[in-house]
Amino acid sequence: MESIYLLIPISVILVFGIALAFWWSVRSGQFDDLEGPGFRVLMDDDERPPPAQNATQSDDNNREKI
Amino acid sequence: MSGTQTTYNDKVVRQFAVMTVIWGIVGMLVGVIIAAQLVWPELNIGPWLHFGRLRPLHTNAVIFAFGGCALFATSYWCVQRTSHARLWGGPLVPFTFWGWQIIILLAAITLPLGITSGKEYAELEWPIDILITLVWVSYALVFFGTIAKRTVSHIYVANWFFGAFIIAVALLHLVNSAAVPVSLTKSYSAYSGVQDAMIQWWYGHNAVGFFLTAGFLGMMYYFVPKQAGRPVYSYRLSVVHFWALIFTYMWAGPHHLHYTALPDWTQSVGMVFSLILLAPSWGGMINGIMTLSGAWHKLRDDPVLKFLITSLSFYGMSTFEGPMMSIKTVNALSHYTDWTVGHVHSGALGWVAMVSIGSIYYLLPRLFGKQEMFSTKLVTVHFWIATIGTVLYIASMWIAGVMQGLMWRAVNTDGTLAYSFVESVKGSYPFWAIRWLGGVLFLTGMLIMAYNMFKTIAGSKVKDVPVVVPAAHHA
Repeated sequence: MESIYLLIPISVILVFGIALAFWWSVRSGQFDDLEGPGFRVLMDDDERPPPAQNATQSDDNNREKI
Repeated sequence: MSGTQTTYNDKVVRQFAVMTVIWGIVGMLVGVIIAAQLVWPELNIGPWLHFGRLRPLHTNAVIFAFGGCALFATSYWCVQRTSHARLWGGPLVPFTFWGWQIIILLAAITLPLGITSGKEYAELEWPIDILITLVWVSYALVFFGTIAKRTVSHIYVANWFFGAFIIAVALLHLVNSAAVPVSLTKSYSAYSGVQDAMIQWWYGHNAVGFFLTAGFLGMMYYFVPKQAGRPVYSYRLSVVHFWALIFTYMWAGPHHLHYTALPDWTQSVGMVFSLILLAPSWGGMINGIMTLSGAWHKLRDDPVLKFLITSLSFYGMSTFEGPMMSIKTVNALSHYTDWTVGHVHSGALGWVAMVSIGSIYYLLPRLFGKQEMFSTKLVTVHFWIATIGTVLYIASMWIAGVMQGLMWRAVNTDGTLAYSFVESVKGSYPFWAIRWLGGVLFLTGMLIMAYNMFKTIAGSKVKDVPVVVPAAHHA
């Protein structure tokens, strides 16, 4: 099973890479707010007719429940 | 960098979105042809249009051409919108589009000619593999470059899924496609025998896990909340979903090699990891569907939402079925039968295609400056035709698969086989005909989508959309 000698080191390195990414994301505050980002994606203001009338961040297209 | 007048790069999104529909039709048409060849073998014309050569063309076209274009389009849209930044990379951006299209064309030429490395879902020969690497590295640079220049600090969960998909596919492609070229059109794998099989299915299942799952989950986490107009059910769960999925996915591959020369313990490891995967998969599925909690009425008259939510139902179904089929005793019945084919299409048609179709329907009007699609009614028609087609396909393959498995293992009292192989083939014909019909229906839906798309695009004035200033944080 020589292929294991390739695949297992790859997996180990990968897991370290993933752990590093996880560590960075926790340390840099990516997960400090676990509610807001879900709402913020709805406030991108990229609704229907592209430019013109919605110049910057108008709040008028925010949905009922926000 | 980002002055007030910076605009989103939607041109590349438009290109990929349109090609998603075009390649969808091509790939599914080839699928319908090979399904017909199983029912009417006389349709195998010459070596070039033989089942054996068209089948990899079908899988490559639907996975990498249709699915790939859908992923490019949606990830480029999502990363710009959620990072509040224009795509980074300048000429690399059009290179990813044109490079990917050239790869698809080369696949469509070389595979019918019989130029293949013979590795499932990685059939393309080494010069094309190198081109894939170049395009993929450019894709990664564009995607992560855009993340790096984001004007908000948080990276939205969909981008984590897209990012993991891009990195994992690069790694899988590089390891699995390692080969020794002997001529321009022929190479030999760097691995041999059972080693090659193990590497191949490490690649193959992770291609399912990262290309066909992680990428499309990114799509789901952006487009389901956007179309529903509600935040994802639990953002916390979506983060847990992501880390759980990527930490556990890599070792499910050996379940493709149950009862082969692969060592028994490796098979068992593969089975256990496949069973573990049920948890994050269902966590994500429930998270997506529950986004509609309290707003179920929106499903009644919004066909785009119907596509997205139905895709999640099929995702839940096939991620339950998969771990079950990876159990060795179940696999003893299901392996090599049409059940596997049905399982794949429950994921491919029900999940991957439907979530892509829903997302593209979301994008098209926005990309071409329209209020909505040319005809919402036709979107509804498409939804029902696609759903009926998928159900016909899956149900017929279940029946055919279990029947084949039972016939192959049936023995007489004296220990001889109760049925010859050809008897199981004969018994499968009616189900293959139903499968073909299901495929025809699904293809018809795509043709309706193309008509609707071109009608929507017709006479549209495309304008550049300025990058939106991020909304203020809510304390």
